[in-house]
Amino acid sequence: MTLLEIQDLNVGVDSREIIRGLDLMVNAGEVHAIMGPNGSGKSTLSHVIAGKPGYEVTGGHILFRGEDLLEMEPNERAAKGVFLAFQYPVEIPGVTTMNFLRTALNAQRKARGRGELSTPEFLKKVREVAGSLNITRDMLKRGVNVGFSGGEKKRNEVLQMALFEPSLCILDEIDSGLDIDALRIVASGINGLRSPERAMIVITHYQRLLHYIVPDYVHVMSKGRVVKSGSKELALELEACGYAQFETAA
Amino acid sequence: MVAVQETVERVRRIDVDQYRYGFETQIESDKAPKGLSEDTVRFISAKKNEPAWMLEWRLEAYRRWLTMTEPTWARVDYPKIDYQDIYYYAAPKPKKTLSSIDEIDPEILKTYEKLGIPLREVAILEGVEPPPGGPQTPNRKIAVDAVFDSVSVATTFQKELKAAGVIFMPISEAIREHPELVQKYLGTVVPTSDNYFATLNSAVFSDGSFVYVPPGVRCPMELSTYFRINERNTGQFERTLIIADKGSYISYLEGCTAPQRDENQLHAAVVELVTLDDAEIKYSTVQNWYPGNSEGKGGIYNFVTKRGDCRGKNSKISWTQVETGSAITWKYPSCILRGDNSSGEFYSIVISNGFQQVDSGTKMIHLGKNTSSRIISKGIAAGKSQNTYRGLVSAHRKATGARNYTACDSLLIGDKCGAHTVPYVEAKNSSATFEHEATTSKISEDVLFYCLQRGLSEQQAIGLVVNGFAKDVLQKLPMEFAVEAQKLISISLEGSVG
Repeated sequence: MTLLEIQDLNVGVDSREIIRGLDLMVNAGEVHAIMGPNGSGKSTLSHVIAGKPGYEVTGGHILFRGEDLLEMEPNERAAKGVFLAFQYPVEIPGVTTMNFLRTALNAQRKARGRGELSTPEFLKKVREVAGSLNITRDMLKRGVNVGFSGGEKKRNEVLQMALFEPSLCILDEIDSGLDIDALRIVASGINGLRSPERAMIVITHYQRLLHYIVPDYVHVMSKGRVVKSGSKELALELEACGYAQFETAA
Repeated sequence: MVAVQETVERVRRIDVDQYRYGFETQIESDKAPKGLSEDTVRFISAKKNEPAWMLEWRLEAYRRWLTMTEPTWARVDYPKIDYQDIYYYAAPKPKKTLSSIDEIDPEILKTYEKLGIPLREVAILEGVEPPPGGPQTPNRKIAVDAVFDSVSVATTFQKELKAAGVIFMPISEAIREHPELVQKYLGTVVPTSDNYFATLNSAVFSDGSFVYVPPGVRCPMELSTYFRINERNTGQFERTLIIADKGSYISYLEGCTAPQRDENQLHAAVVELVTLDDAEIKYSTVQNWYPGNSEGKGGIYNFVTKRGDCRGKNSKISWTQVETGSAITWKYPSCILRGDNSSGEFYSIVISNGFQQVDSGTKMIHLGKNTSSRIISKGIAAGKSQNTYRGLVSAHRKATGARNYTACDSLLIGDKCGAHTVPYVEAKNSSATFEHEATTSKISEDVLFYCLQRGLSEQQAIGLVVNGFAKDVLQKLPMEFAVEAQKLISISLEGSVG
């Protein structure tokens, strides 16, 4: 089943073109890696799918299960099942992680027409997932991402991904700032969420991450469009030859 | 945060201009003629069957007031008030003397129910967890003294309080029944000559609450007053006097609402607190008077003088306020730390939205040895509002070892509002230690987007972030108030973005 369909997408910021005629089709159960040099538009793409303000879509459209995603508010997209794991998760002082998770989860459940989870149900669920990600109870009591290390922040993103059960997960440089041990934990958390109903878009600079999260497809982005698509072997080719060949191709 | 979610749902049903408490009760009222003169003062005093000394006290204040001018130093801007165009007294017409709550005009009781304060049902709040570190009583109770316009209409729990020896009654009754206590303490913290608005209050105050906690008594319940301004064009002049005798403790809650009006309404209250040796008063306020509509029309002018006197050694006064209402706020709950080792605290959350103007803060006057004070102020400005913290910390020559810690944080929502911090510090004693910290921040687009991406609506996100920002102070509130305050924070920030 087609989950995400992006057709001829054009996006600008301050009248500067960032994405220029991008096409992408993602089916349920697939993992797509998007690679490319800095400034190729990878993060912009993730922001536009999630609905971050400040971008101007000048052409094309994004369909999610056949519905026009661009017409929806960011929280509506979240409720529909779009999840973005941030490259730089924000800190929210004074709001405990637990409280944040609960408020967000219940907001999404409500939007999906489901009842709120009871406190014991919620706690059980959080602790289960948190345990598998090495997230301590102390972290859950702290302000959202306040004083978290880079690795803790990323694990917290994966925790939310697991709790909210999205159907499309976009991972924006989830590997940045992670040492090899943290990367393993995060990757195994993500792999545990792979399922036939769920698709993932993994955005990264480096092949390294793709050793742990093995994609079904690899797309190379350059200057705002996909310049090459292929199987996971394409990533290895990139690692060997670099992005330079595609810079000229674009 | 379940409370916040419920609030946001409720808020969705409320238009910005649809002030939740904007309804008017149809009851006959008994008004003094418009305007202010010696006759007005005499009229009020006569209405209250006051003794001669009280009338003299009022008249002296009135004569003093005539020589004073309205202060202009605060960062607030409002049209000139015509003091002759105000009714200074409005009482619901009493049908007979009231001996129990059942005899209160049902219309008035209905008003309280609309406010969410059914006196009989809600007064005993069962099953509410006591705040961390607070008094651990299994069934927490709140005694309510309801002030409807100018007269206290009901005082619940009188008997139980009486058994503990606590006096809690309208101040008009206390003047008649406990003149020795009133005469001993009234005007000793805020003298009749203190400032323009306090002096005005001294001349024309209509009613308010009086509390006396005898030595060694821990007041068995939280005491609470709900003020409500109903009559058109009546200034409300509350006078509250709380005395905690040696070794006693009391927690007092004050909540305020006013219906929606086009005319601005003047409110000039005075609150005096006195703690003797080893006594403690905790005074909490949630104020959500009508702030005016989305064009800045209408709203309450709130010029309040609140001051506590830590008169005895080792005594303590703690002010906690959540201010979300009023068009103009001019309010500085203060502590005079007179007794050695006494301490004062001021915890404040001030939210301004729309065209609200707030100039609020505190004064900590260190007079005794080893006195300490703590100020935590959280200002949240949204819309086109102006939000000023103004504070004074001073140590007298003899106040050796005085210590103060001040933290003032401001949060801006949007780019048309202003937050200002004006701290004054005076140390006349070289051993005084004063610390001051201040921050100003904005709710960033990135934080909002992060919350929205997780499924929160914009209002939910703002409510959550602001509640987090104000958490240090919310934690200081008694549990019942903390929940109410969280809701208020979200309600008052409705429409602050976009």
